Amino acid sequence: MQQIINFIIRYKNFLLYILLMIISLGFTIQSHSYHQSRFFNSSNWVTGNILRTSNNVTTYFGLDLENQRLMEENERLRYLLFNRSSLDTLALDSVQQTYTVTTGKVIKNSYAHPRNYITINQGEKDSVKPDMGVITSKGILGIVENVSNNFATVQSILNEKSNINAKIKNTDHFGSLVWDMKRFDVVQLVDIPRLVPLTIGDTIVTGGMSSIFPEGIPIGTIRKFDLNSSQSFYSIDVTLFNDMTNIKNVYIVNNRFREEILELQNQTEADDK
Amino acid sequence: MISNYYILNVLRFILLVLVQVLVFNRLNFFGFINPMVYILFLYWYPIKENRAAFIGLGFLLGLAIDFFSDTMAIHTASTITIAYIRPAIMRFVFGVNFEFQSFKLSNTTQVQQITFLTLLILVHHLVFFTLEIFSLANFLLVLKKVLATGAATLILCLLFGSLFSVRKE
Repeated sequence: MQQIINFIIRYKNFLLYILLMIISLGFTIQSHSYHQSRFFNSSNWVTGNILRTSNNVTTYFGLDLENQRLMEENERLRYLLFNRSSLDTLALDSVQQTYTVTTGKVIKNSYAHPRNYITINQGEKDSVKPDMGVITSKGILGIVENVSNNFATVQSILNEKSNINAKIKNTDHFGSLVWDMKRFDVVQLVDIPRLVPLTIGDTIVTGGMSSIFPEGIPIGTIRKFDLNSSQSFYSIDVTLFNDMTNIKNVYIVNNRFREEILELQNQTEADDK
Repeated sequence: MISNYYILNVLRFILLVLVQVLVFNRLNFFGFINPMVYILFLYWYPIKENRAAFIGLGFLLGLAIDFFSDTMAIHTASTITIAYIRPAIMRFVFGVNFEFQSFKLSNTTQVQQITFLTLLILVHHLVFFTLEIFSLANFLLVLKKVLATGAATLILCLLFGSLFSVRKE
């Protein structure tokens, strides 16, 4: 017994180091396997408020550009609105709409890591929930991952865990959008079959398979494409429409029927077993 | 005097965390270089202090940075590693001098200080980027990030070091 205690006292620094290392590796690996840890994210109260304060100051520097962007978007939406053949208000009844949209502001952005998360200033209080889609006026941005009362963290498409259903515009050939961690303006579209005719410059949009994003949200254009090692699928580099380094205003998209769809899919899978 | 000294370290801790998360985490020089100046806390921290407390402080420092940058616990793992092996590095750099009671960081030569800082940064960045990328297939990417970010961190740390030099008591 005496020897054990002596041993512990002699190596207490080493043991402390090992203990803390195990704790931190535990947190890291836990979030490698599934969701980001519930505690290690910047949507909590302290970090959220500090980041928001800093954002309140820096936001003034980009105000001009941001206004111009919003004007451009308004212009596009007005154009669509004025050219609609019938303005039937009955169709705008919220009961009949699948998707609802809320606005938010980015208070922390990152794009230099293999796993990038963006923090926005909308949280549970504004009925933001995990697994809602986040887009900007130019294109897709990511999926809500963790939510606190006033803030939410978004798993950016520039994240090695990101996997989003996407397709080539005006066709129904779909694949998965992933990121190879190399460039912040290029993502990869994989699993498009070889027989699909492709051209450089083709537009990639979100597919209808996911219950998170509406179909047809722009993502980017084809930069180059190669066949993968099995020679049967393409691996496509996609240049993003969004400038991921410069994002301010975002829209959070909620699919009202997501839970119903998931429930149905789970039930079908359970029946299979 | 004692309380003065605690206040100095607490202030240093808070200021370095804030400078790191509000300024340097957003730098993205060349698209990927984010210098980690908070290492200075572990470099400046007094030598004669209890080692267990030092490792504990390293843990808290890493944790604080991790909360802000959504990096799980990678910063924590790297800071406790350098907190643990700092005495070994010091023995390597300063030799037997380091064992004497009168030893002070400010009394050593500039070359020794820079070597000490460089080794701390190198170990920290190696642990950090290995854990962050987490695959041997991308070892070149790890190396590139360690060297590029390490150089940026070193330069900034030296600049900060000469701006706020350790008080000669």
